Amino acid sequence: LGAGALILDDADEAMLAGEHGAACALGMRTVVAVAEGMRASRLLDITGAHIDGCIYYGRVCLDWALRFRTLGGHVRVPTTLNIGLLDLLHPGLTDLPEETARPARELMETYVELGANPTFTCAPYQLAGSRPGFGEHVAWAESNAIVFANSVLGARTNRYGDFFDIACAVTGRAPAAGLHLTEPRRARVVLDVSALSDALLASDVLYPVLGLLLGGLAGNRVAVIDGLPAGLHEDRLKAIGASAASAGAVAMFHAVGSTPEAATLADALQGEQPEAVVPVTPRDLRAARDRLQTARPDAALDGVCVGTPHASADELRRIVAALDGRHVRIPVWVNTARGILAGLAETRVEEALRDAGVTVVVDTCTYTAPVVRAVRGTVMTSSGKWAYYAPANLGVEVVFGSLEECIRSAVAGRIVRDDDFWA
Amino acid sequence: MTSGLEIARGHVLAAGHGSGTAFVTDPVSFWGGVSADDGVIIDVHHRDRGRSVAGTVLVMPVGRGSSSASAVLAETLRVGSGPAAILLASPDIILAAGSVVARELYGIECPIVELDAASFEAVTACDGAPLGVDASDDLAVIRALDEECDLDP
Repeated sequence: LGAGALILDDADEAMLAGEHGAACALGMRTVVAVAEGMRASRLLDITGAHIDGCIYYGRVCLDWALRFRTLGGHVRVPTTLNIGLLDLLHPGLTDLPEETARPARELMETYVELGANPTFTCAPYQLAGSRPGFGEHVAWAESNAIVFANSVLGARTNRYGDFFDIACAVTGRAPAAGLHLTEPRRARVVLDVSALSDALLASDVLYPVLGLLLGGLAGNRVAVIDGLPAGLHEDRLKAIGASAASAGAVAMFHAVGSTPEAATLADALQGEQPEAVVPVTPRDLRAARDRLQTARPDAALDGVCVGTPHASADELRRIVAALDGRHVRIPVWVNTARGILAGLAETRVEEALRDAGVTVVVDTCTYTAPVVRAVRGTVMTSSGKWAYYAPANLGVEVVFGSLEECIRSAVAGRIVRDDDFWA
Repeated sequence: MTSGLEIARGHVLAAGHGSGTAFVTDPVSFWGGVSADDGVIIDVHHRDRGRSVAGTVLVMPVGRGSSSASAVLAETLRVGSGPAAILLASPDIILAAGSVVARELYGIECPIVELDAASFEAVTACDGAPLGVDASDDLAVIRALDEECDLDP
């Protein structure tokens, strides 16, 4: 437990002394305080930041952002913003009392004034221009984005949280500790999925459930999944990471043949022996899925919520394909990023969703923001993260299925699910 | 600096001074698990649901931090419903950031200290007893403020 000896370079000292303004000095004081707690011996340059502090939990959130603005702060690196509490593009959609809506909106706007890009998405990695390259150091907050950056992009970030994110953004520095370094990125635990059937491995519904299992088994340790098909689609890797970060303090995982630091199992282990090898059986996965569901599989269905993390362009196209021109019989909400919709502006995707009766939500998420026609009753989702948090956050019952099963169920007005591949 | 019998030393995650009754409990997530209004534990799965962390020296092995635990901890400190100090057995930079921000914005201190296994054990023996926490520079000292602690190993 010895004290770390943090050594600042001349540029850090200059920031601390206020030579780049008072906001930068506040940021550096904060980075230094946390870096000492992390036992970092130095700070390092970051190429970008993703800020979670733009979601409103109380006055302190706004006070912190306004302090930087009052002091003349501006981000020094390209910075994206996580979701807020409101859908700014569809103002009628979120149903907040004005005394919360006003500061929640002001908070989102203040971070934009500090120079952050108004992406308002939990999945900045789906936006062109917001994907850090392999080996780049960044300071990202929002658990699913952190896992994606480390695991899928091979960028390097620790699990940073609200408030520290903007301190890194205004200084362009982060503590040289944890997952910024190479050795801590080594897998400690192996999840062996070679016993799973080809049908299960080919089904989308596997991946969020596998992530939950991983989160529970790994905790805050880096794990490697061995035995999955190589070259997994990013949406599947996204689903693993988001679930894992909900069920455990997971900041990174490897999937042999799919993630960039795991061309082989030995690569993921950095040539060392694992602490544990855990075989995963269909029975384990069924149990994990069943723990996630609070509703009976034959319950009447009241709604469908998908897009947690925010739906990618591919996922939106898959929803349109599954709708196949039909109208939904129960409310369906799809969360995505305004940037994803903008990228699809030349297509009929958004129009097709609306024509089918689907409500598209941007800038926020249905698991945390109160949406008009409040989500209640039994809700079906394809998201492990949504299923994990919604019962407590919203008081709903949850049933789980693939994206296509969710949409088929919405069209039928009842739960439609194929349980065969779980056998 | 508080006076009293030193029972443990630890690594400073967030500096400050605080004292209160030791509240030894299971990991609780401030985000979703603690009400910022009154510091009451609202996690339905938590064994101490309904008890408040306000003014206590909160003792738990890990912080179970979501990214937003910083914000909720800092909000409890702002409204006066936060803990007086937090003692952990592992590092938690998300909680640490919440404490650092409350100190910067409002001058409210909530030292956060990481203890090794033996020190954590010693502190858990003090559940319900008043403790003082002094965390400055690179050393944190935990003191028992009266003699109610069972300090026998």
